[in-house]
Amino acid sequence: MQGVDALYGDSHVLHGISFEVGAGRVLALLGRNGAGKTTCMSAIIGFLPPRKGAIRLFGEPIAGLAPERIARKGVGFVPQGRRIFPTLTVRENLRVSERRSASSVWNLARVFELFPQLEERAEQVAGSLSGGEQQMLAIARALMGNPRVLLMDEPSEGLAPLIVAEVGRTIARLKDEGQSILLVEQNVRLALELADEVVILNTGRVAFTGSAGEARGNEALITQHLGVF
Amino acid sequence: MRIANLTHGALFMLGAYLGVSILKLMPNLWVAALLGGLAVAAFGGLLERFILRKLAGNILGQVLVTLGFAYIIADLCLVVWGGDPIPIPTPEFLQQPLRVAGFAFPAYRVAVVVLSVLVGMALHLLMERTRLGAMIRAGVDDMQMARAVGIPVSKLFTLVFCLGAGLAGAGGVIGGPIMSAYPGLDADMLPLALIVVILGGVGSLAGAFAGSFITGFVYTFGVALFPQLAYVILFLPMIFVIAFRPRGLFGKFAA
Repeated sequence: MQGVDALYGDSHVLHGISFEVGAGRVLALLGRNGAGKTTCMSAIIGFLPPRKGAIRLFGEPIAGLAPERIARKGVGFVPQGRRIFPTLTVRENLRVSERRSASSVWNLARVFELFPQLEERAEQVAGSLSGGEQQMLAIARALMGNPRVLLMDEPSEGLAPLIVAEVGRTIARLKDEGQSILLVEQNVRLALELADEVVILNTGRVAFTGSAGEARGNEALITQHLGVF
Repeated sequence: MRIANLTHGALFMLGAYLGVSILKLMPNLWVAALLGGLAVAAFGGLLERFILRKLAGNILGQVLVTLGFAYIIADLCLVVWGGDPIPIPTPEFLQQPLRVAGFAFPAYRVAVVVLSVLVGMALHLLMERTRLGAMIRAGVDDMQMARAVGIPVSKLFTLVFCLGAGLAGAGGVIGGPIMSAYPGLDADMLPLALIVVILGGVGSLAGAFAGSFITGFVYTFGVALFPQLAYVILFLPMIFVIAFRPRGLFGKFAA
């Protein structure tokens, strides 16, 4: 993502944002509410085509393409609020998102192995799942597309601490398997644990770019840009 | 898909008239229904792609435009096929009545009932049992998210619209031996279709099935028993449904 500007109507939300997710790396995108994290996600997946700047996937420009084209090029999306298809069964949610390529790693069997709970509920309507299960399904659905980069927007939002830990373990495991991940999180501690690199946004501008270690050690930075109190 | 489409009666009539012309070249009703259906499906596809697509979310606009197109289609039919009713012959092997337990049933109507049940079942299986059907339902659930997982929602919706138009067109040909093709056929069919949808509920196949059953029986018995009140009896259940259950019997959304 390079020098990206994005606007909702006339309100300028992103000002020349640039960052890069390395192959096989986890980049945490942090910032307060309204800093522009979700807007970055919307710009990448194509919900909100950027007004200026370039978005490239392994060198190939994708800015301005339709969301379905961007998804097919290998961007997996776990949206804020999960947005599973509520009237479809768990299995259908996964099947409609399935896309195979030469380098496919994920299929129904492997996704069920990662989330055994989903297999138990395979024929259940997804709208009847608990919040944690819906989050698992949202992640599993994105994996079924065999993404080259996985966008995760607040995967821990609104979940019980135990489930948050499970989501954290899942992300760690995906990272171990070499999955490139762009992670947006309000839960700073979780994000800093998982991430290799950190980008902090403040009111639509990049305020910090560096390694997760640097960010962890710099308490003033965290308090200034992320601290609520 | 949430498209308010008032061309359905006109597409039915267009199918019937196309059937008349096709039958002159190929005297086989089923072939005519298939070809007529395909032609009307293609027309529906153009209508959706180039006009309705631009009115997404604008229900009032859709109502006006599709109603306008209904008039245009009706007048074009008048220009091409003239103002006199044109009968469509019943296939020969279905001309003899079926006799069951002392009652005689018109064989062609029985065949139409059987065929419509088969079509209904095929649609149900397509929507509920195939990946394509699940993709369409995903698009209805959350269009933006469906696109974000790579589903080409816009192409699928065009396909669905073509399918609906094609079924209306084929229905017009198959209804021909019962109703024949005449100016005003569209205006006779459209209220029936609307009542079926309002009774059964928008976005539900089971609802369409139940709605058409109720409408069919009420209308037929109404015409036979209280001919002066046929339309009153037809619209009465609809008024009750709108007043007390605006979603319809099986509907997902308020009509």
